Amino acid sequence: MSKIDPILRVEDVAKRFVMHLRGGLTIPVVERVAFEVFAGECVVLGGPSGAGKSSLLKMVWGNYGVDRGRIAVATDREVVDVAAAEPRDILALRRSTMGYVSQFLRVVPRVATLDVVMEPALAQGLDRDTAQAKAEALLDRLNVPERLWSLPPATFSGGEQQRVNIARGLIADVRLLLLDEPTASLDAANRAAVVELIEAKKAAGTALLGIFHDTDVRERVATRIVDVTGFAAGRAAA
Amino acid sequence: MTAPLLEARGLTKWYGDRLGCRDVSFDIREGEVLAIVGESGSGKSTLLSLLSGQLAPSAGTVAYRMRDGSIRDLVSLSEAERRFLFRTDWGFVHQDAAKGLRMGVSAGGNVGERLMAVGARHYGDIRAKAEDWLERVEIDIARIDEKPTAYSGGMRQRLQIARNLVTAPRLVFMDEPTGGLDVSVQARLLDLLKRLVADMGLAVIVVTHDLAVARLLSDRIMVMRRGRVIEAGLTDRVLDDPREAYTQLLVSSILQP
Amino acid sequence: MTAPIKRTEGYAFAYLDEQTKRMIRRAILKAVAIPGHQVPFAARDMPMPYGWGTGGIQVTAAILGPADVLKVIDQGADDTTNAVSIRAFFQKTAGVAVTTRTGEASVIQTRHRIPEEPLKAGQTLIYQVPIPEPLRFLEPRETETRVMHALADYGLMHVKLYEDIATHGHIAKTYAYPVKVEGRYLMDPSPIPKFDNPKMHMSPALQLFGAGREKRIYALPPFTRVESLDFEDHPFERTKFEAPCALCGATDAYLDEVVIDDRGGRMFVCSDTDHCETRRAEGRRGALLGDAPKENRP
Repeated sequence: MSKIDPILRVEDVAKRFVMHLRGGLTIPVVERVAFEVFAGECVVLGGPSGAGKSSLLKMVWGNYGVDRGRIAVATDREVVDVAAAEPRDILALRRSTMGYVSQFLRVVPRVATLDVVMEPALAQGLDRDTAQAKAEALLDRLNVPERLWSLPPATFSGGEQQRVNIARGLIADVRLLLLDEPTASLDAANRAAVVELIEAKKAAGTALLGIFHDTDVRERVATRIVDVTGFAAGRAAA
Repeated sequence: MTAPLLEARGLTKWYGDRLGCRDVSFDIREGEVLAIVGESGSGKSTLLSLLSGQLAPSAGTVAYRMRDGSIRDLVSLSEAERRFLFRTDWGFVHQDAAKGLRMGVSAGGNVGERLMAVGARHYGDIRAKAEDWLERVEIDIARIDEKPTAYSGGMRQRLQIARNLVTAPRLVFMDEPTGGLDVSVQARLLDLLKRLVADMGLAVIVVTHDLAVARLLSDRIMVMRRGRVIEAGLTDRVLDDPREAYTQLLVSSILQP
Repeated sequence: MTAPIKRTEGYAFAYLDEQTKRMIRRAILKAVAIPGHQVPFAARDMPMPYGWGTGGIQVTAAILGPADVLKVIDQGADDTTNAVSIRAFFQKTAGVAVTTRTGEASVIQTRHRIPEEPLKAGQTLIYQVPIPEPLRFLEPRETETRVMHALADYGLMHVKLYEDIATHGHIAKTYAYPVKVEGRYLMDPSPIPKFDNPKMHMSPALQLFGAGREKRIYALPPFTRVESLDFEDHPFERTKFEAPCALCGATDAYLDEVVIDDRGGRMFVCSDTDHCETRRAEGRRGALLGDAPKENRP
């Protein structure tokens, strides 16, 4: 595969929600979406809230279905179209190639913070010691106090949970990293730490696609901005 | 690529004029957790019985890749082969622990039964394995000689899991494994199951009407209604972006804490 | 041996009609062909209550011939009510010779013991069986136990033994101790003491088991492999007795405990009365008899 091929290529994607419980009300989200993300760059989705930025990220992650188009993700061996792939292939893609930092942490209760963070690395086949060292370094970098590492994050504050979430999202070495407002509930010092970690990922050749409402953070990490307003769907409600 | 562990094709079951389930097809591999969701009477229990060979289908096949690599249609298995599968390569976790355990036999005996059924004849080894498994499901080994009747609901379910996993099965069927348990007890059980599934690389087919259980445990979901699979896919996709009217109804019916 | 007496008029030979005997013989043949397998048969009502050996009596009636010499024991004794009644029954209805001597008998009907004197080829031992199904108290459903036998699905029986060791530290079962026949069928040897279990193994005699109420017959043909179930680290052990028989001094026989006074005095004597009497007739003396050899005195 040539170096100039994108890691992510979104082609002619359209998405709408059909609300069967509300008489089949159709809510258009986006259409004719097309953009690419290359290795080592951070593409930021821009536009007002409600424009479909978060939905777009979820479509790339396979969390939302797609009505039309292709979402091609290049692994180190092949190109997988998330829009058409089997669940099994999307799961494999999530393990090997894609990472996702959501706005909220969603984990099974009772699992210790360190294990929550290590899990994606272990799923990639990293040995336990290396994974643990990586997790500890990340948690430290994100100022999560060491006394919390052995506790389940369910009882942590919003900011602490979000930092655990970021650590979990960044631990694995993936080709494509999706970031949905990772800095939303962080203070300035932690925002700065996240920016540095993102820069490091870029430098390491990761392709990043993110949403950052914080203008300051956005300007620091964005290689370029794709304005989602341009993909606004028509008013063709059923 | 090796064949799927279990592959269902066009599975249909009629009870006289009444439909049990119709034209269900899917496959599952080691390490995958598939949830079958739907309300009572949707056909999920019928499907589970067909998949585990306890019920003969009216049409369709269930192919299973045996430990020796050969692919067998469950219908063609003899009763002896089916039972052998059930005490070695398969597990079955029932909602009602009394169905899945011998209530008159000690916890150690419950865990040891499968080992003895496949020829284990060393008491010390059997007991050591039983102790190991009780620890793995977080039951105090000091209680190894107590009967399940002395156990709480959550402990009984964990004992059932130990009893099933002691022979290192590849496929485990679960029928509402957390039904009837308190919420905190459910969380502990789910966490335990998730860990065991990951550690052992189990394939799991879990029937549940509880979408929260499906979300925590499964990678994929099949939504059943009136005997048919009306929607299937990645668990988070189906729950976060449900396409079918019925799935939307199910998802919107969950009480959010 | 007591010589044949004239049999009572008006009864078929050995009480049962020929059609019934034929039916029972067919069941016996099938049982012999599949050692340890329980064969159903159409047990008849006998002129005595269930629990008095109606199964064993029907088997005896079906195989008895005029030339046979019959011995009947109950818990090893020839002189208890049950043994005396059954012996009298066949004397009257079949007019056969009877004996108390194990060596002289061609047919021995027994309740809960195997004679101490080793059985010989040509002899037939008939057991009275109350509950033929060894799995019955573990699995109440007959449909299920049949399938378990068909598939040799016997893990459950070891679960029972496991429970014994977990509870008592050893396999606590002392009678009706389950055996595996020819490595295939699980069999209940009737409530004989486990002391007797090894005698079934490779016995030159034919062993038949009859359960009247449960309507089952099973068999061990001569020279059948009979193994008592156990664990590698808890092997089957024959019951051992601390003292020899108080009457005949036997050290290798199964002993009964007999209370001899109301001050807690007790003695242990052979359960097999013929064995004990024979030894005493040969001059052997236990501790309780005055002229006992020194080593046998208390």
